[in-house]
Amino acid sequence: MTDLTKPSGQPGNGDLPATGTAAVGEVAAAGSPAPTAFLEVRDLHVHFPTDDGLVKSVDGLSFRLEKGKTLGIVGESGSGKSVTSLGIMGLHTAGQYGRRKARISGEIWLNGQELLGADPDEVRKLRGREMSMIFQDPLSALHPYYTIGRQIIEAYRVHNEVTKEVARKRAIELLDRVGIPQPDKRVDSYPHEFSGGMRQRAMIAMALVNNPELLIADEPTTALDVTVQAQILDLIRDLQKEFGSAVIVITHDLGVVAELADDLLVMYGGRCVERGPAEKVFYEPQHPYTWGLLGSMPRIDRDQTERLIPVKGSPPSLINVPSGCAFHPRCPYADVPKDNITRTERPELSAAGGGGHFSACHMSQEERTRIWTEEIAPKL
Amino acid sequence: MTVPEKATTSPEPLLKVSGLVKHFPIKKGLLQRQAGAVQAVDGLDFDVRPGETLGVVGESGCGKSTMGRLVTRLLEPTSGKIEFEGTDITHLNTVQMRPMRRDVQMIFQDPYSSLNPRHTVGAIVSAPFRLQGVTPQGGVKAEVQRLLALVGLNPEHYNRYPHEFSGGQRQRIGIARALALKPKLVVADEPVSALDVSIQAQVVNLLDDLQDELGLTYVIIAHDLSVIRHVSDRIAVMYLGKIVELADRKDLYERPMHPYTKALLSAVPVPDPKRRAKRERILLKGDVPSPISPPSGCRFHTRCWKATEVCKSQEPPLVTLATGHQVACHHPENAADQAPREKPGAEAAQKVTKKTEG
Repeated sequence: MTDLTKPSGQPGNGDLPATGTAAVGEVAAAGSPAPTAFLEVRDLHVHFPTDDGLVKSVDGLSFRLEKGKTLGIVGESGSGKSVTSLGIMGLHTAGQYGRRKARISGEIWLNGQELLGADPDEVRKLRGREMSMIFQDPLSALHPYYTIGRQIIEAYRVHNEVTKEVARKRAIELLDRVGIPQPDKRVDSYPHEFSGGMRQRAMIAMALVNNPELLIADEPTTALDVTVQAQILDLIRDLQKEFGSAVIVITHDLGVVAELADDLLVMYGGRCVERGPAEKVFYEPQHPYTWGLLGSMPRIDRDQTERLIPVKGSPPSLINVPSGCAFHPRCPYADVPKDNITRTERPELSAAGGGGHFSACHMSQEERTRIWTEEIAPKL
Repeated sequence: MTVPEKATTSPEPLLKVSGLVKHFPIKKGLLQRQAGAVQAVDGLDFDVRPGETLGVVGESGCGKSTMGRLVTRLLEPTSGKIEFEGTDITHLNTVQMRPMRRDVQMIFQDPYSSLNPRHTVGAIVSAPFRLQGVTPQGGVKAEVQRLLALVGLNPEHYNRYPHEFSGGQRQRIGIARALALKPKLVVADEPVSALDVSIQAQVVNLLDDLQDELGLTYVIIAHDLSVIRHVSDRIAVMYLGKIVELADRKDLYERPMHPYTKALLSAVPVPDPKRRAKRERILLKGDVPSPISPPSGCRFHTRCWKATEVCKSQEPPLVTLATGHQVACHHPENAADQAPREKPGAEAAQKVTKKTEG
């Protein structure tokens, strides 16, 4: 990386109006104005035109992430969490065969370089070397015709001019590091010869082969059994300590983020509804949707015989996102703020309780704190 | 509509399973000679009492779904005995089984593939009446609409097709279908695992309410230990085709006896960031062995930190070590050692516990 100057707010290349200032302001307010934020996403929009209308998968998302930290992005299916990660990786516009291109606007700064406006060839050089990704389903993310070793070697040689022998050694070394037994033999195995947990380890090895500084794990353990999940979460945590990379973990499982994340970002309907340090979001959540998620979850650590407190209704359509606050049709407190404001005006993220904790809700912080401590927390 | 009385605690189990075995043959070669067998379920003994919820939990490949399909007789058992209300249903054929189907129903995992996309909701939910030749009081349509309302769907949506519903709503349709004939036993195979967290809670609550209202008995099969803890009265933990531990919910989660149960419980991520610093986790090595050639003796010995010689050679029987707490282990936790002469060998060092820093 050569350009380490402060991002100067150049417009993205998208064809949507950028309303970036407010969101960026919040990001900057989250800490001191850090020119060296390792990853900064500003007002990201990812929209997909379809026959039924424009699908607004991500609609104005901003966050930043420092090296050595883990950000957890949680949300239900269709909340835009995976689309965000593919957007950062530049995988939405990468395919020239895509029938319809995604419409992306906003800015993504990685290590001082803006990615959305950059030349796709430049981004390709970064992909796999500076940033890499672990996908949810290792069986479909690995090529069934090629050996594990060949796929890791390819990932290494794309970015490093080395002989096959050197790359092979590197592949064996990494397979060993991620805990594959007999790596010098298993390097020549095909994906179908591996168990689910081993495939996921192989994919982590492939993602780490170039020592990336940003690792995105999209539901890394959803397809795995719980004992294997514990192994993989442990591996991700150890590797992060060892490599000092920034990690984004995307999941629907609050247990997984509680194990890994330093910061948490809760998404609903393509937008961030709450963001803050993991402990704040877990113990003093400031958005009714987060309350809903916490109340919906059966707990293994308590003998709970009471009913769960589910969120009523279903997640919103991303084509016709509800007006005002997207969560208002499901929110039990939608009528608390005055003037029907939840139905007409979209709440912006605002500081809630300090310490980098933000929430997008029309209720005042006093009201939210009162409802959480008096009505929600005692029932959990 | 008559609501069946809440099941009383009768001494007779509703479902009694003994020595249940299912081996799926592996055929090879031109003559399709049998080359081996996947020992999916290998000797299960358990009872289900009227009105209770038995949770069955285990990792993929442990045979829990096969067990569900055996007790609902969607699969033919290799050997063993299944008794429903005292009647042996082990080898009944399709025709003989049909009257039993009124009492035993199933809820499937995937709400997308378990509903026929070309049938309306009305046709799907009324299919049990058609197949059983029953005309409910007040007519089929009224009864279907009552069922839809019962599971929290709009009765007006009688004529809609499955694709017009969300995942959670489809699962409710599947539940309405299972309840149409007022069954006594409902076997639910991963009823909520395909659903989002917020919807999962709705369906779990619905199952709870229906049990109270209709006096149902459930066998709920799931891999999610948190869901199982919430819904079950008793829990069976399976590993490689066997029940390794069977106990009341409270006992199982507070005093697990089988090392596998202990490891399984410690592996579940807890949604509590402060606890990750204090929590001790047992990391099991490797993967579940293949059910084609399961390990000798105790099937868990290859991954167990307490394993000794006896574990490799002798299979531990499922015995009662505390009131209502059965476990199959030579060296159980929280109970007297069953093979005290055996000293743990070098393998004892295998236990990898990890405390993670916050």
